[in-house]
Amino acid sequence: MKSFKYTRSTDAASAIQAVSANKDAKFLAGGTNLIDLMKEYVERPNELVDITRLNLAQINSVKGGVSIGALAKNTDTANHPLVRQNFPLLSQAILAGASAQLRNMATNGGNLMQRTRCQYFYDVAMPCNKREPGTGCGALEGLNRIHAIFGYSEKCVATYPGDMANALYALDAIVRIKSANGQERTIPVQDFHRLPGDTPEKDNNLQHGELIIAIELPKNNFADKSYYLKVRDRASYAFALVSVAVALEVKNNQIKQARIVLGSVAHKPWRSTEAENALVGKSANDETFQQAAQIAMKGAKPLAHNTYKIELGKRAIVLALQKAMNGGAA
Amino acid sequence: MTDEFEEFYKSFEEPELTADEKELLAQMPEIGEFGESRRKFLGNAAAGGLGLFALQLLAQEQVLARMETAEGAMFASVAEENAVAVRLQINGVEKSLNLDSRVSLLDALRERLALTGTKKGCDQGQCGACTVIVDGRRVLSCLTLTATCEGKKVTTVEGLAQGDELHPMQAAFIKHDGFQCGYCTPGQLCSAVALLEEAKNGEASHATTNLRSKARNLKLSQDEIRERMSGNICRCGAYPGIVAAIQEVHSGRETAQTWRFVSDEEIAALNTEEKADEIV
Repeated sequence: MKSFKYTRSTDAASAIQAVSANKDAKFLAGGTNLIDLMKEYVERPNELVDITRLNLAQINSVKGGVSIGALAKNTDTANHPLVRQNFPLLSQAILAGASAQLRNMATNGGNLMQRTRCQYFYDVAMPCNKREPGTGCGALEGLNRIHAIFGYSEKCVATYPGDMANALYALDAIVRIKSANGQERTIPVQDFHRLPGDTPEKDNNLQHGELIIAIELPKNNFADKSYYLKVRDRASYAFALVSVAVALEVKNNQIKQARIVLGSVAHKPWRSTEAENALVGKSANDETFQQAAQIAMKGAKPLAHNTYKIELGKRAIVLALQKAMNGGAA
Repeated sequence: MTDEFEEFYKSFEEPELTADEKELLAQMPEIGEFGESRRKFLGNAAAGGLGLFALQLLAQEQVLARMETAEGAMFASVAEENAVAVRLQINGVEKSLNLDSRVSLLDALRERLALTGTKKGCDQGQCGACTVIVDGRRVLSCLTLTATCEGKKVTTVEGLAQGDELHPMQAAFIKHDGFQCGYCTPGQLCSAVALLEEAKNGEASHATTNLRSKARNLKLSQDEIRERMSGNICRCGAYPGIVAAIQEVHSGRETAQTWRFVSDEEIAALNTEEKADEIV
């Protein structure tokens, strides 16, 4: 690990100031991804500003929904009565990720900020445009079983690996951010992560020094019928090959509203509004679900080793919708 | 106490030591008393029916726990870059450390405090061998910077037993054969002990079916225990024993031990049979 200066921050303003003043500084929260990447020399900050003691861990009701603090731990978020009762999909997605130990450490803000698990990104002996812009993409013609089937570029075929964000996309969450000038701004979570394009080194639309302070969950009618399905190489403690967050609002067996978000298929959680629209107004049955799944996977462009993700994705969508109809996470 | 036991203790009391070890021992008079106190403990423990194997494990654990007092003598600190001063409580004892900002809690425990019970497996958050309990929560010490632990309370596997009395989870791991090589065991134990609290608090896992209603004092199924322990990998595959141990302590219902040591008579009988085979 490269040597770094460590400072312990007690308020958001000074933490933001410290990181803004040094382009090689980073915020340190749970550290479950950052410390790991620093050990591998993938991340090489010369200064870490410890924000774990900032007062940003509250989870509470706000007008129009629930606000979860950026520094609330994943465990505490998944288990908070407000979250379990109103947004069980989020609890389910968080609990599908990592292990109990990691969820006890990881924060909500950090979870959004986690980086890809592309092996070429992790291996500093390999080319990677995300890690070292201009060196090429090792995965494009290499081993790309776990890589993207949607929205990638010649520069990068990596996926966003998280679970929590897939649920946040389905729940229309809003990310609240504090900037260096002291101003706050919000970004709909759908616009938080980026597609790789020509700048795969940028995972998201945060500016250097900006700090996530909370994630807001607007009220919805999905709590009865939502489901997070994660398909992986082993039953637990593994990243997804494909995951699906679905949410339905159904009245008299007619679908009023739907959400379908796929995980681990693109550089960001992949929401298919087209498939969602195909569900709205229809009766909730297997045929409708099959149609939606076909539509959701329509523009997929598999690489050499991940064609399986298309069929897997379709089946996962159908199964998740069926589970949601049967009470799902509720 | 039987002669058989006496022989066994002797093997501890008169070990072959290297010159370095002798010097180290001379600097640690506490270890001199160790034989006496251990013998007393072993007597009690043997009377209590604890297995020989358990005694050996505990004896080793105690030696390592004692080594804590040799802090500094064993590991002279090298010059630190970006030094950070940290005060934290480890197994109930206040510690002050001055260390490089890069030092993980795992390395601080093992290299600076000689608490080598906590194990380094993958050192990158994929195996759980380094699991310790910080402020009541199980975490991975390999991905925790010690610098972030100011004022925190850390419990390692050395802190689970109450003096000479094993933590019920430790005793259950022995009873149910919850390990083979033992390398992942300290992490498994810390994880399992923390799991008990999580279940009491009604915390959910990926195996929990009804997330919307929250009950306390969960009764965990085997599937629940497996899911909740998935962050601790055991390469020997002792999982059935680990699950049985956790289930016993969690439920409070005793289940039968399914193994025992072979007796001398049985070994003798086996040898006779082998000879008979050779003749044939």
